[in-house]
Amino acid sequence: MTRILLAVFLMALVSYLPRVLPMAFRKKIQSPFLRSFLYYVPFAALGALTFPHILYSTGHLASATVGMVVALALAFRGKDLLTVAVAAAIAVYLCQLLLA
Amino acid sequence: MSTLVFSPQSGHSIKPKTKQWQADFTLGLRRGLPIALGYIPVSFTFGLVAVRGGLPAWVAVLISLTNLTSAGQFAGTSLIIAGAALFEITITTLVINLRYLLMSLSLSQKLSTTLSLPQRAVMAFGITDETFSVASLEEQEVTFPYMLGLISGPYCGWGLGTAFGALICSVLPGNLQEALGITLYAMFIALLVPNVKRSQAALVVALLAIGISSCFTWLPVLNQISDGWSIIVATVTACLVGAALFPRKDV
Repeated sequence: MTRILLAVFLMALVSYLPRVLPMAFRKKIQSPFLRSFLYYVPFAALGALTFPHILYSTGHLASATVGMVVALALAFRGKDLLTVAVAAAIAVYLCQLLLA
Repeated sequence: MSTLVFSPQSGHSIKPKTKQWQADFTLGLRRGLPIALGYIPVSFTFGLVAVRGGLPAWVAVLISLTNLTSAGQFAGTSLIIAGAALFEITITTLVINLRYLLMSLSLSQKLSTTLSLPQRAVMAFGITDETFSVASLEEQEVTFPYMLGLISGPYCGWGLGTAFGALICSVLPGNLQEALGITLYAMFIALLVPNVKRSQAALVVALLAIGISSCFTWLPVLNQISDGWSIIVATVTACLVGAALFPRKDV
């Protein structure tokens, strides 16, 4: 158990350090290039996090694709996060029922 | 009311500090609600997997409450269960979590320089892929109470979901579990799409990141590289190209 708790502590440490170290950095970065770079991080990260992982998120390529298309369609119409998420899940659920 | 603050020059009363605090906190809380709901099925699965793997339920919850990461703690926990060396567990978790360096640095540039170090330390703890995305795409200023509100719901959802998974220890009906697997990704889409509609630069950066991440998934050799690294490489490359092609003067 000591080994497990030590592992949990180390995991917590390496989960927190990458988050807190840059936050402790209080100065505003001056370089326009670096500022532009950091400005684009959310868009790039969202893209890289979502695709192609979303295709494997339901266990079936077909239902995941349907869910993704529904999410894209609703997001394009400006629906809020919750609506998009719930509608995608319902679409996947119905698709799995049809496939079964 | 001792906290009432009046603007002496104009003579107009401005919002009392506590009211502003509450308003920011409430806004954050509202923004965090969908994230919290999205976290429940994921953390439920985590609790389940951890207990099935032989960990006590309280350890599963402890991991969730101290780590607050999805991929990182899944990987670390599976290594604990497999009896891996501490060094391996730590390095693997670190690599998966290195992307937070980028996110945190990006978010830090959006924060007021007046925030104290302890406030920043608390805010940093709650940075996840989801809270980072919501906060950094927020149009109003990201204040301490806003961030506190934003991370409270997801933190509770993550902990509760883990506890349910660990205690119930039986799988949700298969179809439901699989359907819920898409919720966080759908949320990412809902966050990304309005921005790429508005900005061509954001569209190019996002598509580039998607392209690189696809290469890491599907191309031989590249698909041997872990998810942690592939997300970092995709993000850094796409942002470098974005900053070179579309430098911003207003950020």
